[in-house]
Amino acid sequence: MATKAKEAPPLPQDPLAHTESTAALLRELVAHLRQNRTQLREEWARRITRAQLLTAMTEEEIFAEATSVYDNYVEALETGTFEALQAYARNLSERIIPRGVETHEVVGIVLLLRDVLARSLFGKYHEDFDKLNRILDAYEPAANRVANTVAVGFVQERERIIRQQQEAIRELSTPVLQVRERLLILPIIGVIDPQRARQLTEQLLRAIRTNRAKVVVIDITGVAAMDSNVANHLVQTVEASRLLGATVIVTGLSPEIAQTLVTIGVDLSEMATVGDLQGGIEEAERLLGYKVLPLEDLAPKP
Amino acid sequence: MEVPILKQGHYLIASIQSALTDADLSQLREALIERVGRFRARGVIVDVTALDVMDSFAVRTLRDIAHMARLRGADTVIVGIQPEVAFAMVQLGLTLKGVATALDLEEGLAFLNQQGEGRLEDRRPPGGRIDRG
Repeated sequence: MATKAKEAPPLPQDPLAHTESTAALLRELVAHLRQNRTQLREEWARRITRAQLLTAMTEEEIFAEATSVYDNYVEALETGTFEALQAYARNLSERIIPRGVETHEVVGIVLLLRDVLARSLFGKYHEDFDKLNRILDAYEPAANRVANTVAVGFVQERERIIRQQQEAIRELSTPVLQVRERLLILPIIGVIDPQRARQLTEQLLRAIRTNRAKVVVIDITGVAAMDSNVANHLVQTVEASRLLGATVIVTGLSPEIAQTLVTIGVDLSEMATVGDLQGGIEEAERLLGYKVLPLEDLAPKP
Repeated sequence: MEVPILKQGHYLIASIQSALTDADLSQLREALIERVGRFRARGVIVDVTALDVMDSFAVRTLRDIAHMARLRGADTVIVGIQPEVAFAMVQLGLTLKGVATALDLEEGLAFLNQQGEGRLEDRRPPGGRIDRG
């Protein structure tokens, strides 16, 4: 139904005369909806509560939102332009998504409004069946488009939020940390997919340049599994770092990963590996010419 | 466009200023190898900071320069490869194997100095410096 409405806008293909009468009918319809605003809006809010939709919101909130949705709805019917409604739907979604409102609830309330309005039309025109038919002809496509707009707006907003969160997780998931002058560590936790591997490499290369790093320790203790793709990404990261003049030490290869890599025959001969992060940092310090000693070793011998 | 080659102590520094054609690259290679002998250079630095693209010919030329200079007694270090360029290079499999690389000119000089230290101790006979003076 919704798709059909999208394909066929409310304007019929027929000559002007018909268009005019549709417009006239819509005007009449809008006038009717304006007149019965209070009553229809209350009826709608009641139906929403009864259908147990929007349970995350209080009754007052539902009524307040119902009022603005109703007004926007009528306006969209009247003007035939959906921009205002679209903006309102987006704004509404932004407010209700964090409160856990689901897609079926939003679609549900819009369909309920459609139902409430259609019933009131039946009530008004039940004596003149022909007129009712024409009114519905004018109303249905517009109403479908309205429902479509609101639902799509909601879903789009949700997708935008999901994308944003994914981005945030990605940003957080690859911290490049400087532990000593010219020494960076990059702990990798979780699954490495091609996209993340790429982002990780880019971030590391940028960090090498900004921090003027000579040695980088990549710790993969937190990586559960590795296939040849991921291993090749790792080799590429090591190679690219070397092109910027930094040596890479990889630490924390689990027994499973070590076995997999040898079994599938990934060539890691170019890669320096050390058992654990501690060993990796010690090796890196050695490369950089640091020597860490306990304080008592520095005290002058008696 | 010809790449200027500067002499700095025992080192030659070639600083690439703009994108080069294949002919320019070959010319740079010849000039560098010739000058390694003429100036008795011990190190060559090729600065590619200004390059935002590096194709396979450029990479091969850089590698050739390093190997040829080695045969004539100089170590080569490529400096200033941009992060984006490095990433693109490894994806294309152009990894400059066996060629020293460094972050920038300063690092490159530090690298060559470090290489040089070992060599001076190894090769110069004791008192070599006095003979010269």
